[in-house]
Amino acid sequence: MADKDVIICRCEDLTREEVRKLIEAGFTTIEEIKRVSRCGMGPCQGRTCHQLLVREIASITGQSAEEIAPAVARPPIKGVKLGTLLKEAESHE
Amino acid sequence: MNKNTAEVVIIGGGIIGCATAYYLAKAGVTDVVVVERNYLSSGSTGRCGAGVRQQWGLKMNCLLAKESIRAFETLNEELDTGFDIEFKQKGYLMLAYNEKMVEQYKKNVALQQSLDIPVKLITPDEAKEIVPHLNTDGLLAATFCPTDGHINPFTATISYAEAAKRLGVRVMTYTEVTGIEVENNKVVAVNTSNGKIHTNKVFNASGGYSREVGAMAGVELPTHPERHQILVTEPVARLQDPMVISLQHGFYCQQTPHGSFVMGFGDPNELKEHVVTSSWNFMEEMAEKVLPVLPPLAELRVVRQWAGLYNMSPDAQPILGEMPNLQGFFNAVGFSGHGFMLAPVTGMLMAELMSGQEPHLDIKPLSIERFEKGELLREPSVV
Repeated sequence: MADKDVIICRCEDLTREEVRKLIEAGFTTIEEIKRVSRCGMGPCQGRTCHQLLVREIASITGQSAEEIAPAVARPPIKGVKLGTLLKEAESHE
Repeated sequence: MNKNTAEVVIIGGGIIGCATAYYLAKAGVTDVVVVERNYLSSGSTGRCGAGVRQQWGLKMNCLLAKESIRAFETLNEELDTGFDIEFKQKGYLMLAYNEKMVEQYKKNVALQQSLDIPVKLITPDEAKEIVPHLNTDGLLAATFCPTDGHINPFTATISYAEAAKRLGVRVMTYTEVTGIEVENNKVVAVNTSNGKIHTNKVFNASGGYSREVGAMAGVELPTHPERHQILVTEPVARLQDPMVISLQHGFYCQQTPHGSFVMGFGDPNELKEHVVTSSWNFMEEMAEKVLPVLPPLAELRVVRQWAGLYNMSPDAQPILGEMPNLQGFFNAVGFSGHGFMLAPVTGMLMAELMSGQEPHLDIKPLSIERFEKGELLREPSVV
């Protein structure tokens, strides 16, 4: 399959071709790629693309996967509706 | 990259540092190094709400913001880097819930209109036409300026940096400033984790860390960090055009062009430390503030929350200019939460100052000496 047909980040429709272009342009950390491409910023919060992105960075920069710093994990663990949060807030008032 | 001298060393690879680097280079000062501890936009810039508005209560802020927005409007074409700053120019709607606020907004609107800012005082019904899902209960009036908006802070910073690099500026990321050398009240060098850079001009654009960077040069800056938190939802179809701000509730809420909603609020009890982790109660309090005003957002899922630092000054106004008694030490610090939107004009003004020109706007009221003289500025419209 051609790089332009391989999806790395499903939430943001980011292809392997786009990711590789960014890495080659000097965005060689997960945090930097995330900020210029939204990779990992969608509803799944990088659960699918994170490992794939590590592999792409490793293959282009020559680093081993262990050397690549993971993205900062941010709450919540999964999506929560604002309405649910409001109910929770009201329940302990 | 091994050159160990520079005409100007800029500390901080956020939007202020990168914009200033670009405007310096544009003016012909290309021997410039930007030193960033992490990656570009990794500090306050990349954590900010990224709204840009001209609706301020102080003339100075109106003028700075108006000129910045004008620059943002043509920035993609000017910088021509292939990155899109994603300027969504769909206005800011500011809500007023009590008579005192209505009076203040009337004054603000009169001031803004006198400066040719296209703002209007509108009724709750008119506000609902602009934001159909707005609950107008208790709303007395609102102000709306259609040329305010929202920008992608990452691509804006990178665009400035890329354009600056094209003109010869060097950008050193993952490089920490470890000290600033001073001799006879003049800056002479900056020490970094990647070596010493001899220079006579240092520009402190370090956002939340401005006080610490000042201290390296023996300068005491009256700034401190204050954590602010934000959340973002899953993306949905276009629903809300303008940024909605309620100073009464203390929140702001914007739908980005990507479809996600970004929102935050000012908490008077926030930590005044270098902490950028999230608190558990932020999401709940955010829901409590925003849902009564924008009820349909209850169905949106929060996917992420984060925090960043405001760099607060004693009067919530920036401190701009060269340090008295320390030749060559320049500051653009203490923006108190509205630095991103003022970055283009700040970059132009600081570039003018550091290249020996007279700034095109009178920024003396923003000098650090105002605190000693007791000439504090007070902006009434801060979130």
